Amino acid sequence: MEQIPVLIPLCLILAALVSFLLGTWRRALAYPVASLGAGLSFAIALWGLITVLNNGPQHYYLGGWVAPIGIEYVLDHLSAFMIILVTGIGLLCIIYSLRPVQTELGERSVFTYPLMLLLLAGLSGIVLTGDLFNLYVFLEIASISAYALIGSGDGRAPVAALRYLIMGTLGASCYLIGVGFIYSVTGSLNMSDVASLLPGLYQSRLIIGAVALMVIGLGLKMAIFPLHLWLPDAYTYAPSAISALIAPLMTKVAAYILIRLLISVFSPHYLGDVLSVTPILGILGAIGIIAGSIMAIAQRNLKRMLAYSSVAQISYIALGIGLGNPIGLVGAMLHIMNHAVMKGSLFQIAGALQLQGLVEVNDLAGMGRKLPYTMGAFTVAALSMVGIPPACGFFSKWYLAAGCIEAGNWVFLSALIIGSLLTAVYFFRVLEKVYTSPDAPQVTSRYSRPCLSMLIPILIMAIAIIGLGLANSFIVEYLLEPAASTAIWSGR
Amino acid sequence: MFDSYLPLIVVLVPLIASGLIVICSRLPNLREGWTILASLLMFGMTFSMLPDVISGNYPAVTLFELSPGAALALKVDPLGIIFAISASFLWIITSFYSIGYVRSLGLHHQTRYFTSFAVCLGATMGLAFSANLLTFLIFYELLTIAAYPLVIHEETPEAMGAGRKYLAYLLTGGLLLTAAVAATYIWTGDLSFAPGGFLDATLGQGKLIVIATLFVVGLGFKAALMPLHGWLPTAMVAPTPVSGLLHAVAVVKAGVFGFFRIIGFVFGPTLFHDIGAGTILGIVCGVTIILASLLAFRQDKIKRRLAYSTIAHLACMVLGAVLLAPEGWLGGSLEIVFHAMSKITLFLCAGAIMASTGIDRISDMNGLGHRMPVTMGAFTIGVLSLSGLPPLAGFVSKWFLGAGMVLDGEPVLLAIFLISHLLSVGYFAPMVYRSFFLPSPHPGKFSEASLLMVVPLSLTAILSALLGLAPDLIFNFYTLATEMIAGVF
Repeated sequence: MEQIPVLIPLCLILAALVSFLLGTWRRALAYPVASLGAGLSFAIALWGLITVLNNGPQHYYLGGWVAPIGIEYVLDHLSAFMIILVTGIGLLCIIYSLRPVQTELGERSVFTYPLMLLLLAGLSGIVLTGDLFNLYVFLEIASISAYALIGSGDGRAPVAALRYLIMGTLGASCYLIGVGFIYSVTGSLNMSDVASLLPGLYQSRLIIGAVALMVIGLGLKMAIFPLHLWLPDAYTYAPSAISALIAPLMTKVAAYILIRLLISVFSPHYLGDVLSVTPILGILGAIGIIAGSIMAIAQRNLKRMLAYSSVAQISYIALGIGLGNPIGLVGAMLHIMNHAVMKGSLFQIAGALQLQGLVEVNDLAGMGRKLPYTMGAFTVAALSMVGIPPACGFFSKWYLAAGCIEAGNWVFLSALIIGSLLTAVYFFRVLEKVYTSPDAPQVTSRYSRPCLSMLIPILIMAIAIIGLGLANSFIVEYLLEPAASTAIWSGR
Repeated sequence: MFDSYLPLIVVLVPLIASGLIVICSRLPNLREGWTILASLLMFGMTFSMLPDVISGNYPAVTLFELSPGAALALKVDPLGIIFAISASFLWIITSFYSIGYVRSLGLHHQTRYFTSFAVCLGATMGLAFSANLLTFLIFYELLTIAAYPLVIHEETPEAMGAGRKYLAYLLTGGLLLTAAVAATYIWTGDLSFAPGGFLDATLGQGKLIVIATLFVVGLGFKAALMPLHGWLPTAMVAPTPVSGLLHAVAVVKAGVFGFFRIIGFVFGPTLFHDIGAGTILGIVCGVTIILASLLAFRQDKIKRRLAYSTIAHLACMVLGAVLLAPEGWLGGSLEIVFHAMSKITLFLCAGAIMASTGIDRISDMNGLGHRMPVTMGAFTIGVLSLSGLPPLAGFVSKWFLGAGMVLDGEPVLLAIFLISHLLSVGYFAPMVYRSFFLPSPHPGKFSEASLLMVVPLSLTAILSALLGLAPDLIFNFYTLATEMIAGVF
């Protein structure tokens, strides 16, 4: 049982290797191997979730070296929640990717599936590790795979990937230097060990410097406004299957790292009351919600609109962290999941539309009749983004609003409300196009239903949006509240 | 209270029907059959709960938690069933009428029309039966979204503009309501409606005022209180049955119903008054009544004039909820039902006129009474009832509202209230006068609309008259209202 945490990244790395070897031999084999590997990791993640719910957190010490000397893998409530998300969306995206990868990447697809699996391995490693340096290693595995995947696209994709690479490397380096500072002061890299050593060192300049560097580095990775500049191009120009995988997961896992550091290494008390880091994050979040939404309204390209919408949605997470109370943090964690599912769904749909040559919002006129299932899923995801109950997007806003009120922060509450209205503006603009404009100049016969390997993941995601909304109380009570309650919220 | 899945089934019936309507989009007769079947089933099941509710035994069902400490829960209490019965009964009427209307005008996208209609009714039922604020909020937001496709149904630039305005207003209201519910959740940990209210003064004046403000503004959008009413007159571009059932009954009254719930079952009338919210809301209602009545005079489009009249009457109902005297509550809650009955008559008549003659302006109504005697007769009954003429239904509710104001010692409000009736006679009379006493430009042309439209509107007109003579007729509205008051006060 205690091996579960390490099994998931291991399984994905092995799958990457096998799919690469078999893929070079017979190109058609890469896809089934990748799906199988992702499916297996998802099954292990489910097993892990059940174990955590029944027996509490699981720890695994790599090579039998006990922490703080060895590397520790932890499967606790928060990482169980995240690992389900990473492997689940990863699985759906890999299933989805068959047709887009074939048509968009062709010859290059030999590397695509191994890289996707490596990306997932990196992300699941980040989620499960209990070691600050090991986290950096996995972060780089995930990031380098992401750069390569985005760069494999046509046209401006390599440029966008280079930009992402520069910004992302900057972010990762900041994080690494921060870890170095912490190591030089505490002599430890294990998260729980560092956490127990830190309280005496709160005034150490190196620790304060480490916090600043790590938060800025993760801010870059997470694309918190105004560090989001790499994101729109990377999401827009990446191949369909890749943006559907990266958009929901990369920034969300970076947000997870931030929350993990907040509750397991530093503490909300230290980052909030002593250093004022989280309040600044909250303010950036509030600004980012408005700015990102306005930028999204200004876009004509569907994927670009979704990308700016991501900037705004990441800001909701930052705002939740910035509230400095458990319910706000629960809202932020829940929004990681909700946004990952919603954006995953939307980017999958955008990819399916792109394959049919539908790129601009204006191209979608009258598509509600021609592609009823795809656009139905789009409608569900869009309404959820706006925050219509009982879709999951409503409940992130519910907890975040509750957190704002708990904190007495009416400015953040206003940002939340205005942000939702702006979201309604850019999504209803699309929905109006999709369901009305009957006399759009389109050739009917060109549009065919997306093939089942794309449609099924899209529909599963749409059902998940409603299902997760209805089941949110279970997730909050059994996973997120226990996670949030392990943190130290106020000075004693 | 006893466990029963019936309230849940009532909510699910129209939602399931909406799915069947989509599936049968190519078979219009079967498709409309689902609508009729669902409306009959829904009304029948709601009606079957009536004896239990009257005897004080409320069917209730608690499903699962939506947020720790707040479940998705339904409970049928007197206030809820008053709203549910009137909405579900009028859905039957409107369904038959709709079939006649959309077919005689050859409307496009009929499947979308009937689907949205069914979802709206499901949301309305859920809202009426909500046992706590979170459940209420969810159905409230669903109703907002489900009614949107009906507002933009015509798909003209004007309709799309009206749709955007509708969303801008009502989504803002919904978000403020979300904030209000979240504040209640955080500060009290309790969201279940309780007769007489569950908030108490120990929470502190400041927090209570914040909650009250968020609730009043949030609900004010849907109840079209001035200055938050702008969406309602523009939304009249929707097909007439939509304006009738949604913009005079279900959607706007969801806002009014919300006021009754908040004041009576969250705050309690006394507390709501003690924090000063009652006085302010009373002033807002008074101003709305006068301004909306005056603005009604300026409208030449029949439906727009009816819309402003609706705004004025909605404010009257909210005013009833604000009053401290039980008579005010009795009048207000009866007004929800009786206004619905009379106003829907007027809308159905306006639709019938539109469908058979193409007339949508008051200045073109000359001589209509001779061409469409039944329709205009029904129209006249509706007008008289809305103006509070005894012995029609509108008189009963207005009598109690007035009595409430007298008992509360509110001479100014009473004066406004009485003047508003003079005004409503003022803006309605020209329509009746033109149609019966001025010569028609096309004399002798008899052009009553199809029976599918004329029978429903005659039925509501007859009920508008009979409910005045016997307020307890069939539906037991009077008994239910008194029972609700016994709980709240």
